[in-house]
Amino acid sequence: MGALNQRGIDLGRTDRLAGQETPLHHLDPRAKLLVTVLFAATVVSFDKYALTAMVPLALFPMVVIATGRVPVGYLLRKVLLVSPFAVLLGLANPFLDRGVAVTFLDVPISGGWISFGSILLRFVLTVSAALLLVAVTGFQRLCAGMARLGVPEAVVVQLLFLYRYLFVLLAETQRLVRARSLRSAGPAAQSLASYGPMVGHLLLRTLARAQRIYQAMSCRGFDGHLRGEILPAWSGKETFFLLGWAAYFGLVRGYNLPYLLGQLLIGGW
Amino acid sequence: MHMSDALVSPAVGAVMWLSSAGLIAWSARRVKQDLDERKVPLMGVMGAFVFAAQMINIAIPGTGSSGHLGGGLLLAVLLGPHAAFITLFSVLAVQALLFGDGGLLALGANAFNLGFFPCFLCYPLLYRTVVGSRTTRARIFTGALLAGVVGLQLGSLGVVAETSLSGLTDLPPLPFLLVMQPIHLAIGIVEGLATAAVLLFVTSAGIAVHEATGSRRTALVLLFAGLLLAGAVSLFASTRPDGLEWSIESVSSLASSVPPVSEGVSAEPAGALVQSATAIAGTLVTLLVAGLIAFALRRKAP
Amino acid sequence: MSHHLVEARSLCFSFPDQAEVLKELSFRITHGEAVAVVGANGAGKSTLLLQLTGCLLPTSGEIRVGDLPVTRKTLEVVRRAVGMVFQEADDQLFMPTVFDDVAFGPRNLGLAEGEVAARVTDALATVGAAHLPQRPPYRLSGGEKRAVSIATVLAMHPDILVLDEPSANLDPRSRRQLIELLQAFEHTRIIATHDLDLVRQVCTRTLVLYQGRIVADGETDGILSNEELLLSAGLL
Repeated sequence: MGALNQRGIDLGRTDRLAGQETPLHHLDPRAKLLVTVLFAATVVSFDKYALTAMVPLALFPMVVIATGRVPVGYLLRKVLLVSPFAVLLGLANPFLDRGVAVTFLDVPISGGWISFGSILLRFVLTVSAALLLVAVTGFQRLCAGMARLGVPEAVVVQLLFLYRYLFVLLAETQRLVRARSLRSAGPAAQSLASYGPMVGHLLLRTLARAQRIYQAMSCRGFDGHLRGEILPAWSGKETFFLLGWAAYFGLVRGYNLPYLLGQLLIGGW
Repeated sequence: MHMSDALVSPAVGAVMWLSSAGLIAWSARRVKQDLDERKVPLMGVMGAFVFAAQMINIAIPGTGSSGHLGGGLLLAVLLGPHAAFITLFSVLAVQALLFGDGGLLALGANAFNLGFFPCFLCYPLLYRTVVGSRTTRARIFTGALLAGVVGLQLGSLGVVAETSLSGLTDLPPLPFLLVMQPIHLAIGIVEGLATAAVLLFVTSAGIAVHEATGSRRTALVLLFAGLLLAGAVSLFASTRPDGLEWSIESVSSLASSVPPVSEGVSAEPAGALVQSATAIAGTLVTLLVAGLIAFALRRKAP
Repeated sequence: MSHHLVEARSLCFSFPDQAEVLKELSFRITHGEAVAVVGANGAGKSTLLLQLTGCLLPTSGEIRVGDLPVTRKTLEVVRRAVGMVFQEADDQLFMPTVFDDVAFGPRNLGLAEGEVAARVTDALATVGAAHLPQRPPYRLSGGEKRAVSIATVLAMHPDILVLDEPSANLDPRSRRQLIELLQAFEHTRIIATHDLDLVRQVCTRTLVLYQGRIVADGETDGILSNEELLLSAGLL
């Protein structure tokens, strides 16, 4: 619950960050969404034992942080809050895959450690890319972008409504939880006997609210369609942003940049 | 549990996204055909409700730990399978985008594991069958518990299958399965109990639930199609152990005409030392360059 | 023809399988009047307001807006004439930004985007919220939410304004601004409220509801000075 509370408060912060005025914020949301998906796809496409070869991809989130003025601490805290399921699973690799893959300064490093490191890096890269996308675009503009990319209207409208009432319902629940905990000295978790009435109440209030919203909508002529804002047009800037990053991701995927750079430095052969 | 971008391979991610996208498109059409405008705000607030309900933990008797509602089954009972699937998808999308849970590429897999099973299989085949036309408290309880447990077992099976087929972890599928299923038995029981508790309260408050009825025939068709697909995939995987990997290779090899210099290569010790030193030195410099670029951009930014 | 009239004739309403909420209400409200509907909790105020917009339809008797009875067939016309501001602003403001929210109604009327923008700017200026259009609704204070809620309705150019508890949860300054705004309107105004001071300042006429019936209907000054009446209606 603490974590979710924290998240509830953080939602407002995300929203404020998304409201900043930088050239990156002003880009068409479609361009940012497409580049982020492309980025995640590039990360995922790397070989299981790829580690250093993936590092240059970190340039993308770093540039977004810099140009979109996203505080690094904000991002780190959010990444740390994410469920570490993937990391836990990856931790099994060092125990299962003990074959020595590389030796560095006489220390043998097993394939398991390298593939674990790869999972960790994938985790950090993909999670921060998703969080950054919203932080420099804003959830609502992202939804508008999705609609323009052909996501069904039912889904877009659903996302918008969910986001709008997330704030209202989280606040309502927080009040409910606080009122309960002030009257009980026990643990934070509910017994089954009190869980049903409490969440049930919340549900009834939610259903009643849905009814009232529908009434308010139909009083203003709602006919099943939401007519939303009109996005700025796609311009050369968007094309440049999309193609530029796509080319960079292709380059990183095609050539092991750190290794080539290292060869240059050390002299190699 | 959420699948994560860090665990999926492109092939698994793409297949799961295609399945879920198909289900979304189909559900969106069905919801539209319903012509029930009331559902628009209802689905929206119900999505927010799932988040809110997840803030409230429920104690698991006798264990000292606690769990919370997943929501798929409850949504299916209250909204019908199609609207429920879209609503649950929106919940997972918000989790992925705002909280980084799961990830954009794993979203398809998560929608399938946590949405498809409870909404399109467990609700019509188990819950509706048990509850039938005469809703009694005992039937709601049994139906929700059964559907909750089976739904989570199937979802967990999905996670294991997707993770193993992706091949990023070295966990052998069988032991992995043996760990995951019991954990999800507990989670499934909590899901069933929590759903039942809420439904029973709402019913006793005199609110009629489930105006929607899921078609059992559709569910059976989907189940059959799913089994067929799973059978085909496992056959393909067993005849070609590296089947999926091979298909990825063939795709990605188009892009990569790279010399095989990844860390996985074992060479003679001296050569390996040079190689790894080269890789590490290069990585450090790469990070330095990226950092400098970011720093310069930050300074330039107004 | 005037849309500004509101008339109830022996209006009765009950929810399915429940006791009657509204019993034999009859009244006639004419052009430009400001009428308060007061009554204790559960007296039927909100239910009456929902009848005016056709969100609920009478079980017997009728309610007329202008020359038309409110029925399923006339809903569209009635809702153009009657603008309803709901008690909880969070229920009324559901779009991503204030602009989109105020534009929601005009866009549903099928107006061109230029006309929509003009109406939005106009309505926001009227309620003193011209600086808010790009804000999301959950970033507004209580007073701002109320003002924007009213703007969403004004943008549809209604003849009749219906407000449910407009001053609830407002701080003193926002409340004063609201009262000034309501005083300035020339629309027919029907306001359900517990705020008797607001009634005194805005409404010339008052209807008192008690357990689903009208127990008094007349000049505000006379009714609010009748202590016996207010006590028996649960208002003191």
